[in-house]
Amino acid sequence: MAEHPYPIVRSQVDTKRDDFQTNHAAGAAAVAKLAAALHGATVGGGPKYNERHTAKGKLLPRERLELLLDRGSYFLELCPLAGKDVPGHAPGASLIGGIGLVSGVECVVTASEATVKGGAMSELSVVKSQRLSDIAEQNRLPAISLIESAGADLPNQSKIFVPGGRAFRDLTRRSAARIPTICLVFGSSTAGGAYIPGMSDYVVMVKDQAQVYLAGPPLVKMATGEETGHEELGGAEMHARISGVSDYLAADEHDALRLGREIVAHLDWRKAATPRPRPIEPPRYDADELLGIVPVDAKTPYDAREVIARVVDGSRFSEFKPLYGSTLVCGWAHVHGFPVGILANNGILFSESANKGAQFIELCNQADVPLLFLQNITGFMVGKKYEQEGIIKHGAKLINAVANSTVPAITIMTGASFGAGNYAMSGRAYAPRFLFSWPSHRIAVMGGKQLAGVLDIIQREAAAKRGEPVDEQKLQFGKAMVEAQIDKESDPYFATARLWDDGIIDPRDTRTVVAISLSAAYSAPVGGTTSWGVFRH
Amino acid sequence: MSHHAPLSHPVTRPIRTVLVANRGEIAARVLRTCRQMGLGTVAVYSDADLRAPHVRMADVAARLGPAPARDSYLAIDRILAAAAATGADAIHPGYGFLSENADFAQAVAAAGLTFIGPSPLVISLLGSKQAAKQRAITAGVPVVPGYNGDDQAVAALTREARAVGFPLLVKASAGGGGKGMRIVRNPDELGPALDAAKREAAGAFGDDTLILERYVDRPRHVEIQILGDHHGTLVHLWERECSIQRRHQKVIEEAPSPALSPEQRASMGAAGVAVGRAVGYTSAGTVEFIVAPDGSYYFLEVNTRLQVEHPVTEATTGLDLVREQIRVARGEPLGYAAAPPQRGHAIEVRLYAEDPAHGDLPTTGTLARFDLPASPGVRVDSGVAAGSEIGIHYDPMLAKVIAHAPTRAEAAGLLAWTLEHAVIAGVTTNRAHLARILRHPAFVAGQLDTHFLDRHRDELVDPTDHTESALVAITLWQLERHRGGGPLPQVEPGWRNVWYGDQRTSWRVGARDISVGHRNLGGRRCEVSVGDHAATVTVVDADARSVTWTDGSLTYTAAVTPTAAGFQVAGPAWAVDLVELPRFPDRAATLAVGSLVAPMPGKVIKVEVEVDHPVEVGAVILVLEAMKMELPVRATVAGMVRALSVAVGDQVAADQLLAVVVPTDA
Repeated sequence: MAEHPYPIVRSQVDTKRDDFQTNHAAGAAAVAKLAAALHGATVGGGPKYNERHTAKGKLLPRERLELLLDRGSYFLELCPLAGKDVPGHAPGASLIGGIGLVSGVECVVTASEATVKGGAMSELSVVKSQRLSDIAEQNRLPAISLIESAGADLPNQSKIFVPGGRAFRDLTRRSAARIPTICLVFGSSTAGGAYIPGMSDYVVMVKDQAQVYLAGPPLVKMATGEETGHEELGGAEMHARISGVSDYLAADEHDALRLGREIVAHLDWRKAATPRPRPIEPPRYDADELLGIVPVDAKTPYDAREVIARVVDGSRFSEFKPLYGSTLVCGWAHVHGFPVGILANNGILFSESANKGAQFIELCNQADVPLLFLQNITGFMVGKKYEQEGIIKHGAKLINAVANSTVPAITIMTGASFGAGNYAMSGRAYAPRFLFSWPSHRIAVMGGKQLAGVLDIIQREAAAKRGEPVDEQKLQFGKAMVEAQIDKESDPYFATARLWDDGIIDPRDTRTVVAISLSAAYSAPVGGTTSWGVFRH
Repeated sequence: MSHHAPLSHPVTRPIRTVLVANRGEIAARVLRTCRQMGLGTVAVYSDADLRAPHVRMADVAARLGPAPARDSYLAIDRILAAAAATGADAIHPGYGFLSENADFAQAVAAAGLTFIGPSPLVISLLGSKQAAKQRAITAGVPVVPGYNGDDQAVAALTREARAVGFPLLVKASAGGGGKGMRIVRNPDELGPALDAAKREAAGAFGDDTLILERYVDRPRHVEIQILGDHHGTLVHLWERECSIQRRHQKVIEEAPSPALSPEQRASMGAAGVAVGRAVGYTSAGTVEFIVAPDGSYYFLEVNTRLQVEHPVTEATTGLDLVREQIRVARGEPLGYAAAPPQRGHAIEVRLYAEDPAHGDLPTTGTLARFDLPASPGVRVDSGVAAGSEIGIHYDPMLAKVIAHAPTRAEAAGLLAWTLEHAVIAGVTTNRAHLARILRHPAFVAGQLDTHFLDRHRDELVDPTDHTESALVAITLWQLERHRGGGPLPQVEPGWRNVWYGDQRTSWRVGARDISVGHRNLGGRRCEVSVGDHAATVTVVDADARSVTWTDGSLTYTAAVTPTAAGFQVAGPAWAVDLVELPRFPDRAATLAVGSLVAPMPGKVIKVEVEVDHPVEVGAVILVLEAMKMELPVRATVAGMVRALSVAVGDQVAADQLLAVVVPTDA
């Protein structure tokens, strides 16, 4: 093998130290909690509804998914905890979705969670569905939907109806963009839902199961007085033989999945981009050590290079401007052979670090190198000195660069994500292709304690202005309430339930998750820009 | 053309090019000696054998005709034409096919070629068991009481059978190799046995003449190798014991016989020579005897050819019998007046494409792998290789494996070890069964007789069910095979960020369908669940042909071979065939209840029922002839015969639908 030009990160981690051990124990507990939460989201409607479903000879939605995927394929499930603990929503938001291989092709695969309220779509189901649709579009991934859905959750129709219409527009616009859409109908897909097969490029319906119509027999009778049955109105046979809404008639569920695989096979799909072939070295350090590297307290600093060393190929990292703006570590590496430009927080953002980051993003765009943000940021530095040197305009440069960059970006929220640092480090609003969180992640406009502290000062100032004494008890109670609310809302489970990310991941899986994301991103052309907003110098 | 008198072979005849009128392992074996002797070689082949190893071993190979033996390896004119076309001046017949056909030997001589074997006259004479027996009696060699008369009427045979007494052996006069042979233990069984024996004899040899003889219980089969030249020298090359038989066919042979005292050995050797002398025998031949538990022996017959088991004599005497045959055929004197002393002990097994678990039925298929570990002292005579098609047209023997060691125990151990570590896939074989015979205490103790296999049948069945090991092995092997593919070759196969359940694969093992779950834990660790038993194991090593894993205390290795139907997984002395069930079953392939399919390829020789006639469960619907055996196909349900898609004479493929019996209550 040719000599590798990137140096190896020398880890300083001592796994025998007490603080490592303490962190590791906490990290392991957090990962176990995550595994339990994720598993809880896989049970669908629970044993009773699952049994009711399987008693009809039907496969559970996840069984359908597993069968659709190639043997040995990976599956990166996206937004698995959407809706968790959100009133009116099931964990996973009644929709399963992710990226896996079907007939050797990376696809976005979604399945209705038919055992929860008959697969009815909630408000967050719509958000998740749109997120998955965006992923298919941005990365040019064929999409396969396994449909068995009662349609909109009617009691909540007001929150669903208007935004929900985008799904059909997205389908046909993706079709126009030559990104195929395949729909396998396993059960009900009625009213508005009928347009999912209606707008898909390929439709397969399962015999004696699929029911696809604009209005069911009761509604038809009400509307026109016509008396008709489900099969003649919208059965798979009818659609395959008479209406032509279905392109294939599947004998059963297995047959439908087989047909789905057959359709993908004939797409003759080619990814738009491929990285230069290069040997893939595993990292030299054990990913398990990540659990001990990340401190229990998000405020305790740690060296981002220790994380990089456990994510990138051969733990090799070519650092950019190592002596300048050291609170933002920038440099090049590979993940499973894909080149990445990494931006990782190593403390608070100063003007120098922001400028360095902006320049680095420009360089990655110049070279068509995707970006990987390892976000652990409490914000930009504040204070007179920093305002006077123009930290706003320097921070703005970084945000400008992040916002206008056109190479794929992947963001991993490893720890804190507070204030404008979230924006500068390619937070959700900056549309990275993928964004995942670690269990140690905390997100808010600022930390709960800080916000409570600010409240304390303001109220004391107000009291002083009014010349009144401070009601200490009331103030303390108010502060505690605010702190508790902020802490709850900055919890990663709160965030992921609201689709602020694409999922919480086990930190040890980061390398694989980044690789799957990069490979998906490479299905679309990878190209940087030289066109930026005006930089204020 | 008149027959030559046996002792009048007048001149030395040069042999420059030998055509081997045979196939498979014996053709390869004869060709090997020809090559060592610097002779030109010609192989012949049927269309089924174009790519068989023996074809490539010869200098030149000539096509005989289509696969059926009567159109190829039994077609005398075609073989002679091949000899003429290739300039062969001698023909070695091997064994089987035309090797004991006097007309062939005669035709070879008439064509001016040298037949490497005894004279046509001797072949013809000894081809009749009755005549052979008469010669033995004349020579003072004891024979088993029996009837070999010309009156072949059932009444006469029945009368004579009662005279000879029971138990009684009924066999074809023209036969060999157990075909058309029946043991009759009491008079009630006689009628059906005569009927079947006549039919089989007529089918196999075109002659339904039967011989009756007293059946010796618990006999040993011991035979004497004889070798004569054209100069009056006739020697014996000691004995071979061939008591391990199934369906009257030898499976394991050895030399020396563990049963004979030096005096018996000398006595039987002399008897063999006496029979040979009585007919003026030249070339290599075998005088077969049975030896009763009391040590008395009876002449059975003379085989006028090289025997399958000749290598055990070669190993213990140091002679190459094919070389000796060629030297004799050239007119050379043997050059020795007595056999070399026996050195050490040699045991041969016949590796067959057959299924010991299912009545030794012959099996067919494509050999996916044929690896026998090589060791000093082990000889493998094989006519097949990976990729060879094992069909229905010829004998299902794949190879003979011979171990030679200073003692019998060592030879048996070496041979058993070799078989245990062989990997033969694609076709079910008797490999593990042979190994278990060699390890059986009664075999090791030399307590042999021709009923050995029947008596010890249950003990020879592997008591361990290796299915779970095989399923663990295939699961790990497939997991490792999945590495390196797709857009992210180094992502763990089956990786999930949200674990839902095991990855599942369903396998058909024999008649059972078993679902296996696995969860790749990374770091080459994997949790494998078979039924309700789950284990976490670590892959130590894996390649295209094997996988090694550990459960933390012991390591295990299994050979994995993709076969036409699925996979074979093999460990020491075991092999399990696995068929991966499709994730998406082909619904059209599902058969209705009562459907009867051909268990193996064969020919329909009898149809016992008519369409729209009722049948009981177990009723014979039709009879297939496959691998020269008659296989009844029976109704699996009581009902009405509704579809009968074949007729007498039809050739059917394995799993072909033959008939459907619609259940009565349906």
